[in-house]
Amino acid sequence: MYSEKVMDHFRNPRNVGEIEDADGIGEVGNPKCGDIMKIYLKINDDEIIEDVKFETFGCGSAIASSSMATELIKGKNINDAVELSNKAVIEALGGLPPVKVHCSVLAEQAVKSALYDYAQKNHKTIKGLENYNPEEDEIHCH
Amino acid sequence: MMSKYIYMDNAATTPIKREVLEAMMPYFTDKYGNPSSIYSIGGQSRNAIERAREKVSKVFNAKPQEIFFTSCGSESDNWAIKGIAYANRKRGNHIITSKIEHHAVLHTCQYLEKQGFRVTYLDVDEYGFINLDQLKESIRDDTILISIMFANNEIGTIQPIAEIGKIAKEKGIYFHTDAVQAIGNVKIDVNELNIDLLSLSAHKFYGPKGIGALYIRQGVKIDPLISGGAQERNRRAGTENVPYIVGLGKAIELACENIDEHNEKLTKLRKRLIKGIFDNIDYARLNGDEEKRLPGNANFCFRFIEGESILLSLDMEGIAGSSGSACTSGSLDPSHVLLAIGLPHEIAHGSLRLTLGDFNTEEDVDYVVEKLTEIVARLRAMSPLYDERRER
Repeated sequence: MYSEKVMDHFRNPRNVGEIEDADGIGEVGNPKCGDIMKIYLKINDDEIIEDVKFETFGCGSAIASSSMATELIKGKNINDAVELSNKAVIEALGGLPPVKVHCSVLAEQAVKSALYDYAQKNHKTIKGLENYNPEEDEIHCH
Repeated sequence: MMSKYIYMDNAATTPIKREVLEAMMPYFTDKYGNPSSIYSIGGQSRNAIERAREKVSKVFNAKPQEIFFTSCGSESDNWAIKGIAYANRKRGNHIITSKIEHHAVLHTCQYLEKQGFRVTYLDVDEYGFINLDQLKESIRDDTILISIMFANNEIGTIQPIAEIGKIAKEKGIYFHTDAVQAIGNVKIDVNELNIDLLSLSAHKFYGPKGIGALYIRQGVKIDPLISGGAQERNRRAGTENVPYIVGLGKAIELACENIDEHNEKLTKLRKRLIKGIFDNIDYARLNGDEEKRLPGNANFCFRFIEGESILLSLDMEGIAGSSGSACTSGSLDPSHVLLAIGLPHEIAHGSLRLTLGDFNTEEDVDYVVEKLTEIVARLRAMSPLYDERRER
Protein backbone atom coordinates (compact mmCIF):
# COMPACT_ATOMS: atom_id res chain seq x y z
CA MET A 1 0.00 0.00 0.00
CA TYR A 2 2.76 2.47 0.93
CA SER A 3 6.04 3.16 -0.83
CA GLU A 4 9.31 2.14 0.82
CA LYS A 5 10.07 5.77 1.47
CA VAL A 6 6.79 6.27 3.34
CA MET A 7 7.44 3.16 5.42
CA ASP A 8 10.99 4.36 6.10
CA HIS A 9 9.73 7.71 7.38
CA PHE A 10 7.00 6.00 9.37
CA ARG A 11 9.46 3.55 10.90
CA ASN A 12 12.16 6.12 11.57
CA PRO A 13 10.51 9.52 11.55
CA ARG A 14 12.98 12.44 11.37
CA ASN A 15 12.74 15.42 13.68
CA VAL A 16 10.14 14.11 16.11
CA GLY A 17 9.52 16.12 19.24
CA GLU A 18 9.00 19.67 20.35
CA ILE A 19 11.15 22.79 20.56
CA GLU A 20 10.58 24.46 23.90
CA ASP A 21 11.56 28.00 22.83
CA ALA A 22 10.25 27.70 19.29
CA ASP A 23 10.04 30.86 17.19
CA GLY A 24 7.00 29.60 15.34
CA ILE A 25 4.45 26.88 16.07
CA GLY A 26 1.76 25.65 13.69
CA GLU A 27 -0.96 23.16 14.44
CA VAL A 28 -3.47 21.95 11.86
CA GLY A 29 -6.02 19.18 11.57
CA ASN A 30 -8.71 17.94 13.82
CA PRO A 31 -8.88 14.92 16.13
CA LYS A 32 -12.34 14.19 14.77
CA CYS A 33 -10.84 13.55 11.34
CA GLY A 34 -8.10 11.42 12.83
CA ASP A 35 -5.10 13.62 12.15
CA ILE A 36 -3.37 16.56 13.78
CA MET A 37 0.06 17.92 12.90
CA LYS A 38 2.06 20.31 14.99
CA ILE A 39 5.27 21.84 13.71
CA TYR A 40 7.84 23.77 15.74
CA LEU A 41 10.39 26.07 14.07
CA LYS A 42 13.64 27.55 15.36
CA ILE A 43 14.53 30.44 13.06
CA ASN A 44 17.77 32.44 13.30
CA ASP A 45 18.45 36.12 12.59
CA ASP A 46 19.20 35.36 8.95
CA GLU A 47 15.68 33.90 8.64
CA ILE A 48 17.05 30.41 8.22
CA ILE A 49 15.16 27.46 9.74
CA GLU A 50 17.86 26.16 12.04
CA ASP A 51 15.76 23.47 13.61
CA VAL A 52 12.36 21.95 13.10
CA LYS A 53 10.40 19.34 15.02
CA PHE A 54 6.98 17.80 14.64
CA GLU A 55 4.35 15.97 16.60
CA THR A 56 1.61 14.12 14.75
CA PHE A 57 -1.53 12.22 15.67
CA GLY A 58 -2.56 10.24 12.64
CA CYS A 59 -2.08 7.38 10.27
CA GLY A 60 1.15 6.11 8.76
CA SER A 61 1.14 8.55 5.87
CA ALA A 62 0.38 11.50 8.17
CA ILE A 63 3.45 10.67 10.23
CA ALA A 64 5.60 10.09 7.13
CA SER A 65 4.35 13.33 5.50
CA SER A 66 5.22 15.35 8.61
CA SER A 67 8.62 13.77 8.81
CA MET A 68 9.35 14.44 5.14
CA ALA A 69 8.09 18.03 5.34
CA THR A 70 10.46 18.77 8.23
CA GLU A 71 13.37 17.35 6.25
CA LEU A 72 12.47 19.43 3.22
CA ILE A 73 12.45 22.74 5.11
CA LYS A 74 15.30 22.23 7.55
CA GLY A 75 18.17 24.64 6.81
CA LYS A 76 16.08 26.61 4.34
CA ASN A 77 15.33 30.29 4.29
CA ILE A 78 11.76 31.05 5.39
CA ASN A 79 10.96 32.45 1.96
CA ASP A 80 11.91 29.14 0.38
CA ALA A 81 10.23 27.07 3.07
CA VAL A 82 6.91 28.80 2.57
CA GLU A 83 6.87 27.50 -0.97
CA LEU A 84 6.81 23.87 0.14
CA SER A 85 3.88 22.26 -1.61
CA ASN A 86 2.04 19.09 -0.83
CA LYS A 87 3.09 17.82 -4.26
CA ALA A 88 6.72 18.17 -3.27
CA VAL A 89 6.03 16.13 -0.13
CA ILE A 90 4.29 13.42 -2.16
CA GLU A 91 7.10 13.34 -4.69
CA ALA A 92 9.77 13.08 -2.03
CA LEU A 93 7.85 10.23 -0.44
CA GLY A 94 7.75 8.30 -3.71
CA GLY A 95 3.99 8.75 -3.96
CA LEU A 96 0.99 8.43 -1.66
CA PRO A 97 -2.21 6.43 -2.21
CA PRO A 98 -4.99 8.75 -3.50
CA VAL A 99 -6.98 8.50 -0.24
CA LYS A 100 -3.91 9.72 1.65
CA VAL A 101 -3.14 12.83 -0.39
CA HIS A 102 -4.78 14.97 2.30
CA CYS A 103 -1.96 13.99 4.67
CA SER A 104 0.52 15.84 2.44
CA VAL A 105 -1.85 18.83 2.29
CA LEU A 106 -1.91 18.85 6.05
CA ALA A 107 1.90 18.84 6.16
CA GLU A 108 2.06 21.82 3.80
CA GLN A 109 -0.48 23.67 5.92
CA ALA A 110 1.32 22.86 9.16
CA VAL A 111 4.52 24.42 7.78
CA LYS A 112 2.66 27.51 6.55
CA SER A 113 0.87 27.85 9.84
CA ALA A 114 4.15 27.70 11.79
CA LEU A 115 5.76 30.26 9.49
CA TYR A 116 2.75 32.53 9.88
CA ASP A 117 3.01 32.25 13.64
CA TYR A 118 6.69 33.27 13.40
CA ALA A 119 5.84 36.19 11.13
CA GLN A 120 3.09 37.39 13.46
CA LYS A 121 5.31 37.22 16.53
CA ASN A 122 8.11 39.10 14.80
CA HIS A 123 5.96 41.61 12.96
CA LYS A 124 7.18 40.39 9.62
CA THR A 125 5.47 39.51 6.41
CA ILE A 126 6.40 36.45 4.42
CA LYS A 127 5.71 36.49 0.73
CA GLY A 128 2.79 34.19 0.10
CA LEU A 129 1.39 34.47 3.60
CA GLU A 130 0.15 38.08 3.41
CA ASN A 131 -3.45 37.01 3.34
CA TYR A 132 -2.99 33.81 5.29
CA ASN A 133 -5.76 33.05 7.71
CA PRO A 134 -5.07 30.04 9.88
CA GLU A 135 -8.78 29.74 10.73
CA GLU A 136 -9.73 29.51 7.08
CA ASP A 137 -7.05 27.03 6.33
CA GLU A 138 -8.62 24.45 8.64
CA ILE A 139 -8.88 21.24 6.71
CA HIS A 140 -12.14 19.35 6.63
CA CYS A 141 -12.35 15.61 7.04
CA HIS A 142 -12.01 13.98 3.68
CA MET B 1 12.43 -12.60 6.58
CA MET B 2 10.19 -12.54 9.62
CA SER B 3 10.99 -15.03 12.33
CA LYS B 4 7.38 -15.54 13.26
CA TYR B 5 4.01 -14.28 12.23
CA ILE B 6 1.25 -13.93 14.78
CA TYR B 7 -2.18 -13.86 13.26
CA MET B 8 -4.75 -12.18 15.50
CA ASP B 9 -7.37 -11.27 12.93
CA ASN B 10 -9.43 -14.44 13.06
CA ALA B 11 -12.67 -12.47 12.79
CA ALA B 12 -11.53 -11.35 9.33
CA THR B 13 -10.82 -14.87 8.17
CA THR B 14 -9.23 -18.09 9.37
CA PRO B 15 -6.84 -20.53 7.75
CA ILE B 16 -8.35 -23.75 6.42
CA LYS B 17 -7.73 -26.69 8.71
CA ARG B 18 -5.74 -29.50 7.14
CA GLU B 19 -8.57 -32.05 7.56
CA VAL B 20 -10.92 -29.65 5.78
CA LEU B 21 -8.60 -29.23 2.83
CA GLU B 22 -8.09 -32.98 2.60
CA ALA B 23 -11.83 -33.58 2.54
CA MET B 24 -12.19 -31.06 -0.30
CA MET B 25 -9.36 -32.20 -2.55
CA PRO B 26 -10.95 -35.23 -4.29
CA TYR B 27 -13.86 -33.08 -5.43
CA PHE B 28 -11.62 -30.91 -7.56
CA THR B 29 -10.14 -33.75 -9.56
CA ASP B 30 -11.53 -37.31 -9.36
CA LYS B 31 -15.02 -36.57 -8.12
CA TYR B 32 -15.81 -33.69 -10.42
CA GLY B 33 -19.30 -34.67 -11.58
CA ASN B 34 -22.09 -32.16 -11.78
CA PRO B 35 -24.48 -33.04 -8.95
CA SER B 36 -27.43 -32.51 -11.28
CA SER B 37 -26.22 -35.23 -13.69
CA ILE B 38 -27.74 -38.67 -13.45
CA TYR B 39 -24.61 -40.78 -14.05
CA SER B 40 -22.64 -42.16 -11.16
CA ILE B 41 -20.04 -39.42 -10.66
CA GLY B 42 -22.89 -36.93 -10.63
CA GLY B 43 -24.56 -38.95 -7.90
CA GLN B 44 -21.30 -39.02 -6.00
CA SER B 45 -21.26 -35.21 -5.91
CA ARG B 46 -24.94 -35.10 -5.00
CA ASN B 47 -24.30 -37.42 -2.04
CA ALA B 48 -21.36 -35.32 -0.90
CA ILE B 49 -23.54 -32.21 -0.87
CA GLU B 50 -26.30 -33.95 1.06
CA ARG B 51 -23.84 -35.24 3.64
CA ALA B 52 -22.52 -31.71 4.11
CA ARG B 53 -26.06 -30.38 4.40
CA GLU B 54 -26.77 -32.90 7.11
CA LYS B 55 -23.67 -31.85 9.04
CA VAL B 56 -24.71 -28.21 8.90
CA SER B 57 -28.29 -28.92 9.93
CA LYS B 58 -27.18 -31.02 12.89
CA VAL B 59 -25.23 -28.24 14.55
CA PHE B 60 -28.32 -26.00 14.76
CA ASN B 61 -30.89 -28.72 15.42
CA ALA B 62 -32.40 -27.92 12.01
CA LYS B 63 -33.58 -30.26 9.27
CA PRO B 64 -31.26 -30.88 6.30
CA GLN B 65 -33.87 -29.54 3.87
CA GLU B 66 -33.74 -26.21 5.73
CA ILE B 67 -30.09 -25.58 4.78
CA PHE B 68 -29.25 -23.82 1.50
CA PHE B 69 -25.73 -23.29 0.26
CA THR B 70 -24.69 -19.85 -0.97
CA SER B 71 -21.47 -18.22 -2.13
CA CYS B 72 -20.75 -16.32 1.10
CA GLY B 73 -22.17 -14.69 4.21
CA SER B 74 -23.04 -11.53 2.32
CA GLU B 75 -25.13 -13.48 -0.18
CA SER B 76 -26.93 -15.21 2.68
CA ASP B 77 -27.73 -11.85 4.29
CA ASN B 78 -28.85 -10.34 0.99
CA TRP B 79 -31.01 -13.34 0.23
CA ALA B 80 -32.61 -13.49 3.66
CA ILE B 81 -33.53 -9.81 3.73
CA LYS B 82 -34.44 -9.15 0.10
CA GLY B 83 -36.07 -12.57 -0.24
CA ILE B 84 -38.33 -12.02 2.77
CA ALA B 85 -39.05 -8.42 1.84
CA TYR B 86 -40.17 -9.18 -1.70
CA ALA B 87 -42.09 -12.37 -0.87
CA ASN B 88 -44.03 -10.73 1.96
CA ARG B 89 -44.64 -7.29 0.58
CA LYS B 90 -48.39 -7.80 0.63
CA ARG B 91 -48.23 -8.38 4.37
CA GLY B 92 -46.17 -5.31 5.05
CA ASN B 93 -43.11 -3.32 4.18
CA HIS B 94 -41.43 -2.64 7.50
CA ILE B 95 -38.12 -4.17 8.61
CA ILE B 96 -36.35 -3.82 11.94
CA THR B 97 -32.58 -4.15 12.26
CA SER B 98 -29.83 -2.54 14.33
CA LYS B 99 -27.26 0.19 13.80
CA ILE B 100 -24.33 -2.18 14.32
CA GLU B 101 -25.09 -4.80 11.70
CA HIS B 102 -22.54 -5.89 9.14
CA HIS B 103 -22.67 -3.85 5.94
CA ALA B 104 -24.13 -6.87 4.14
CA VAL B 105 -27.26 -6.27 6.22
CA LEU B 106 -27.11 -2.47 6.54
CA HIS B 107 -26.55 -1.77 2.87
CA THR B 108 -29.20 -4.32 1.88
CA CYS B 109 -31.68 -2.54 4.13
CA GLN B 110 -30.66 0.82 2.70
CA TYR B 111 -31.21 -0.59 -0.79
CA LEU B 112 -34.69 -1.77 0.20
CA GLU B 113 -35.49 1.68 1.57
CA LYS B 114 -34.91 3.00 -1.94
CA GLN B 115 -37.41 0.41 -3.16
CA GLY B 116 -40.04 1.79 -0.81
CA PHE B 117 -39.56 -0.38 2.25
CA ARG B 118 -39.35 1.22 5.68
CA VAL B 119 -36.53 0.27 7.99
CA THR B 120 -36.03 0.92 11.70
CA TYR B 121 -32.42 0.84 12.83
CA LEU B 122 -32.34 0.06 16.55
CA ASP B 123 -29.85 1.84 18.79
CA VAL B 124 -27.40 -0.02 20.94
CA ASP B 125 -26.12 0.80 24.42
CA GLU B 126 -22.49 1.48 25.31
CA TYR B 127 -21.72 -2.25 25.23
CA GLY B 128 -23.43 -2.82 21.90
CA PHE B 129 -26.65 -4.45 23.11
CA ILE B 130 -29.96 -3.61 21.51
CA ASN B 131 -32.76 -2.52 23.83
CA LEU B 132 -35.57 -5.09 23.89
CA ASP B 133 -38.16 -2.47 24.86
CA GLN B 134 -37.17 -0.34 21.88
CA LEU B 135 -37.50 -3.45 19.72
CA LYS B 136 -41.03 -4.10 21.03
CA GLU B 137 -42.01 -0.47 20.56
CA SER B 138 -40.69 -0.49 16.99
CA ILE B 139 -42.90 -3.38 15.91
CA ARG B 140 -45.82 -2.27 13.75
CA ASP B 141 -48.69 -4.07 12.08
CA ASP B 142 -46.74 -4.08 8.83
CA THR B 143 -43.44 -5.35 10.26
CA ILE B 144 -42.39 -8.42 8.30
CA LEU B 145 -38.81 -9.02 9.38
CA ILE B 146 -36.48 -8.52 12.32
CA SER B 147 -32.81 -8.94 11.40
CA ILE B 148 -30.37 -8.75 14.30
CA MET B 149 -26.87 -10.14 14.21
CA PHE B 150 -26.01 -12.93 16.63
CA ALA B 151 -22.62 -11.53 17.58
CA ASN B 152 -20.91 -8.38 16.40
CA ASN B 153 -17.86 -8.73 14.16
CA GLU B 154 -16.05 -5.72 15.61
CA ILE B 155 -16.73 -5.65 19.32
CA GLY B 156 -17.89 -9.24 19.81
CA THR B 157 -21.08 -8.40 21.70
CA ILE B 158 -23.54 -11.32 21.75
CA GLN B 159 -27.15 -10.14 21.47
CA PRO B 160 -30.02 -11.53 23.58
CA ILE B 161 -31.08 -13.75 20.68
CA ALA B 162 -33.48 -15.94 22.68
CA GLU B 163 -35.44 -12.88 23.84
CA ILE B 164 -35.52 -11.41 20.33
CA GLY B 165 -36.69 -14.75 18.91
CA LYS B 166 -39.44 -14.93 21.51
CA ILE B 167 -40.68 -11.44 20.71
CA ALA B 168 -40.62 -12.14 16.97
CA LYS B 169 -42.50 -15.40 17.40
CA GLU B 170 -45.19 -13.85 19.59
CA LYS B 171 -45.79 -11.18 16.98
CA GLY B 172 -45.62 -13.58 14.04
CA ILE B 173 -42.66 -11.76 12.47
CA TYR B 174 -39.81 -13.53 10.72
CA PHE B 175 -36.52 -13.40 12.60
CA HIS B 176 -33.23 -13.47 10.68
CA THR B 177 -29.85 -13.48 12.38
CA ASP B 178 -26.46 -12.94 10.78
CA ALA B 179 -24.53 -15.59 12.70
CA VAL B 180 -21.37 -15.35 10.61
CA GLN B 181 -19.20 -14.57 13.64
CA ALA B 182 -21.08 -16.79 16.06
CA ILE B 183 -20.79 -20.18 14.36
CA GLY B 184 -18.20 -22.31 16.09
CA ASN B 185 -18.14 -19.89 19.02
CA VAL B 186 -21.68 -20.10 20.39
CA LYS B 187 -24.01 -23.11 20.58
CA ILE B 188 -27.09 -22.39 18.52
CA ASP B 189 -30.42 -24.22 18.47
CA VAL B 190 -32.70 -22.55 15.95
CA ASN B 191 -35.80 -24.06 17.55
CA GLU B 192 -34.99 -23.06 21.10
CA LEU B 193 -34.05 -19.56 19.94
CA ASN B 194 -36.98 -19.20 17.48
CA ILE B 195 -34.69 -18.26 14.60
CA ASP B 196 -36.34 -18.40 11.17
CA LEU B 197 -33.32 -17.55 9.04
CA LEU B 198 -29.62 -17.71 9.84
CA SER B 199 -26.59 -16.69 7.76
CA LEU B 200 -23.18 -18.32 8.00
CA SER B 201 -19.86 -18.29 6.18
CA ALA B 202 -17.28 -21.10 6.14
CA HIS B 203 -14.08 -19.07 6.22
CA LYS B 204 -14.83 -17.78 9.71
CA PHE B 205 -14.56 -21.29 11.15
CA TYR B 206 -11.50 -22.72 9.40
CA GLY B 207 -13.29 -23.53 6.15
CA PRO B 208 -12.74 -22.10 2.67
CA LYS B 209 -13.62 -18.59 1.50
CA GLY B 210 -16.38 -18.25 -1.08
CA ILE B 211 -18.94 -20.55 0.48
CA GLY B 212 -21.76 -19.90 2.92
CA ALA B 213 -25.20 -21.08 3.80
CA LEU B 214 -28.60 -19.79 4.77
CA TYR B 215 -30.86 -21.66 7.14
CA ILE B 216 -34.50 -21.12 6.20
CA ARG B 217 -37.12 -22.58 8.53
CA GLN B 218 -39.61 -24.80 6.73
CA GLY B 219 -42.71 -22.84 5.77
CA VAL B 220 -41.00 -19.45 5.61
CA LYS B 221 -42.14 -17.50 2.57
CA ILE B 222 -39.06 -16.28 0.69
CA ASP B 223 -38.19 -15.35 -2.88
CA PRO B 224 -34.98 -16.60 -4.48
CA LEU B 225 -32.14 -14.12 -4.90
CA ILE B 226 -30.54 -15.97 -7.82
CA SER B 227 -32.87 -17.35 -10.47
CA GLY B 228 -31.98 -20.13 -12.85
CA GLY B 229 -31.80 -23.91 -12.57
CA ALA B 230 -33.45 -26.14 -10.04
CA GLN B 231 -30.51 -26.39 -7.65
CA GLU B 232 -31.09 -26.13 -3.90
CA ARG B 233 -34.69 -27.16 -4.30
CA ASN B 234 -35.44 -24.37 -6.74
CA ARG B 235 -34.38 -21.71 -4.31
CA ARG B 236 -30.80 -20.91 -5.22
CA ALA B 237 -29.77 -21.49 -8.80
CA GLY B 238 -26.23 -22.18 -9.98
CA THR B 239 -24.14 -25.33 -10.17
CA GLU B 240 -23.20 -26.26 -6.64
CA ASN B 241 -19.63 -25.56 -5.57
CA VAL B 242 -19.12 -29.15 -4.50
CA PRO B 243 -15.58 -29.09 -3.05
CA TYR B 244 -16.35 -25.94 -1.07
CA ILE B 245 -19.63 -27.31 0.21
CA VAL B 246 -17.75 -30.41 1.34
CA GLY B 247 -15.21 -28.12 3.02
CA LEU B 248 -17.94 -26.15 4.75
CA GLY B 249 -19.49 -29.38 6.04
CA LYS B 250 -16.21 -30.69 7.38
CA ALA B 251 -15.27 -27.33 8.92
CA ILE B 252 -18.57 -26.84 10.73
CA GLU B 253 -18.44 -30.39 12.04
CA LEU B 254 -14.94 -29.84 13.45
CA ALA B 255 -15.79 -26.39 14.81
CA CYS B 256 -18.90 -27.55 16.61
CA GLU B 257 -17.66 -30.85 18.02
CA ASN B 258 -14.84 -29.00 19.80
CA ILE B 259 -16.83 -25.92 20.69
CA ASP B 260 -16.48 -26.15 24.50
CA GLU B 261 -12.77 -26.79 24.36
CA HIS B 262 -12.32 -24.00 21.78
CA ASN B 263 -14.30 -21.53 23.87
CA GLU B 264 -12.50 -22.36 27.08
CA LYS B 265 -9.12 -21.94 25.43
CA LEU B 266 -9.99 -18.72 23.64
CA THR B 267 -11.70 -17.18 26.64
CA LYS B 268 -8.59 -17.83 28.72
CA LEU B 269 -6.34 -16.31 26.06
CA ARG B 270 -8.63 -13.31 25.65
CA LYS B 271 -8.63 -12.61 29.38
CA ARG B 272 -4.86 -12.87 29.44
CA LEU B 273 -4.64 -10.44 26.53
CA ILE B 274 -7.02 -7.92 28.09
CA LYS B 275 -5.30 -8.12 31.47
CA GLY B 276 -1.88 -7.79 29.85
CA ILE B 277 -2.95 -4.68 28.02
CA PHE B 278 -4.60 -3.02 31.00
CA ASP B 279 -1.60 -3.85 33.21
CA ASN B 280 0.83 -2.27 30.75
CA ILE B 281 -0.96 0.47 28.83
CA ASP B 282 -2.82 3.40 30.34
CA TYR B 283 -5.63 5.32 28.64
CA ALA B 284 -6.90 2.08 27.13
CA ARG B 285 -10.52 1.00 27.01
CA LEU B 286 -12.17 -2.28 26.14
CA ASN B 287 -15.03 -1.95 23.67
CA GLY B 288 -18.00 -4.28 24.05
CA ASP B 289 -19.19 -6.24 27.06
CA GLU B 290 -16.61 -7.89 29.28
CA GLU B 291 -18.42 -11.25 29.48
CA LYS B 292 -21.15 -11.49 26.85
CA ARG B 293 -18.77 -11.41 23.91
CA LEU B 294 -17.24 -13.80 21.41
CA PRO B 295 -14.56 -15.85 23.15
CA GLY B 296 -11.71 -14.70 20.91
CA ASN B 297 -12.68 -11.06 20.45
CA ALA B 298 -10.83 -8.20 22.10
CA ASN B 299 -11.39 -4.64 20.89
CA PHE B 300 -9.58 -1.68 22.40
CA CYS B 301 -9.26 2.04 22.01
CA PHE B 302 -5.93 3.63 22.81
CA ARG B 303 -6.29 7.33 23.33
CA PHE B 304 -4.11 9.96 21.63
CA ILE B 305 -3.08 7.68 18.74
CA GLU B 306 -4.59 6.46 15.49
CA GLY B 307 -5.45 2.90 14.51
CA GLU B 308 -3.74 2.60 11.17
CA SER B 309 -0.38 3.56 12.60
CA ILE B 310 -0.89 0.90 15.30
CA LEU B 311 -1.62 -1.71 12.61
CA LEU B 312 1.39 -0.76 10.50
CA SER B 313 3.60 -0.92 13.56
CA LEU B 314 2.20 -4.30 14.58
CA ASP B 315 2.75 -5.59 11.05
CA MET B 316 6.40 -4.54 11.28
CA GLU B 317 6.64 -6.82 14.33
CA GLY B 318 4.93 -9.67 12.49
CA ILE B 319 1.52 -9.24 14.12
CA ALA B 320 -1.79 -9.03 12.22
CA GLY B 321 -4.75 -7.15 13.69
CA SER B 322 -7.43 -4.76 12.48
CA SER B 323 -8.90 -1.38 13.31
CA GLY B 324 -12.12 0.58 13.01
CA SER B 325 -10.23 3.75 12.19
CA ALA B 326 -11.40 5.71 9.15
CA CYS B 327 -7.91 5.51 7.70
CA THR B 328 -8.13 1.75 7.43
CA SER B 329 -11.67 1.58 6.13
CA GLY B 330 -11.16 3.98 3.25
CA SER B 331 -14.23 5.91 4.34
CA LEU B 332 -14.56 9.30 5.99
CA ASP B 333 -15.75 8.09 9.34
CA PRO B 334 -14.49 5.60 11.83
CA SER B 335 -16.41 2.37 12.34
CA HIS B 336 -20.21 2.71 12.51
CA VAL B 337 -20.18 0.20 15.37
CA LEU B 338 -17.82 2.26 17.53
CA LEU B 339 -19.83 5.40 16.82
CA ALA B 340 -23.08 3.57 17.65
CA ILE B 341 -21.79 2.58 21.10
CA GLY B 342 -21.25 6.29 21.69
CA LEU B 343 -17.52 6.76 21.19
CA PRO B 344 -16.43 10.18 19.96
CA HIS B 345 -14.65 10.17 16.59
CA GLU B 346 -11.22 10.91 18.01
CA ILE B 347 -11.36 7.91 20.34
CA ALA B 348 -12.86 5.59 17.72
CA HIS B 349 -9.92 6.45 15.44
CA GLY B 350 -7.59 4.79 17.93
CA SER B 351 -9.24 1.39 17.89
CA LEU B 352 -7.57 -1.98 17.59
CA ARG B 353 -9.32 -5.30 17.20
CA LEU B 354 -7.40 -8.45 18.04
CA THR B 355 -9.30 -11.68 17.41
CA LEU B 356 -7.85 -14.93 18.69
CA GLY B 357 -8.20 -18.28 17.02
CA ASP B 358 -7.44 -21.95 17.52
CA PHE B 359 -3.83 -21.50 16.43
CA ASN B 360 -2.92 -18.77 18.94
CA THR B 361 -0.95 -19.54 22.10
CA GLU B 362 -0.20 -17.88 25.44
CA GLU B 363 3.24 -17.00 24.07
CA ASP B 364 1.58 -15.18 21.18
CA VAL B 365 -0.55 -13.19 23.60
CA ASP B 366 2.44 -12.23 25.75
CA TYR B 367 4.46 -11.24 22.69
CA VAL B 368 1.62 -9.06 21.39
CA VAL B 369 1.22 -7.36 24.77
CA GLU B 370 4.95 -6.67 24.91
CA LYS B 371 5.14 -5.27 21.38
CA LEU B 372 1.91 -3.33 21.65
CA THR B 373 3.11 -1.64 24.83
CA GLU B 374 6.20 -0.41 22.97
CA ILE B 375 4.20 0.63 19.91
CA VAL B 376 1.62 2.62 21.87
CA ALA B 377 4.38 4.37 23.80
CA ARG B 378 6.26 5.20 20.60
CA LEU B 379 3.19 6.59 18.84
CA ARG B 380 2.12 8.56 21.89
CA ALA B 381 5.55 10.11 22.14
CA MET B 382 4.88 11.50 18.66
CA SER B 383 1.33 12.64 19.37
CA PRO B 384 0.53 16.29 20.12
CA LEU B 385 -2.62 15.12 21.92
CA TYR B 386 -0.62 13.10 24.41
CA ASP B 387 1.55 16.14 24.94
CA GLU B 388 -1.39 18.33 25.83
CA ARG B 389 -2.57 15.76 28.33
CA ARG B 390 0.85 15.88 29.97
CA GLU B 391 0.78 19.64 30.21
CA ARG B 392 -2.61 19.74 31.84
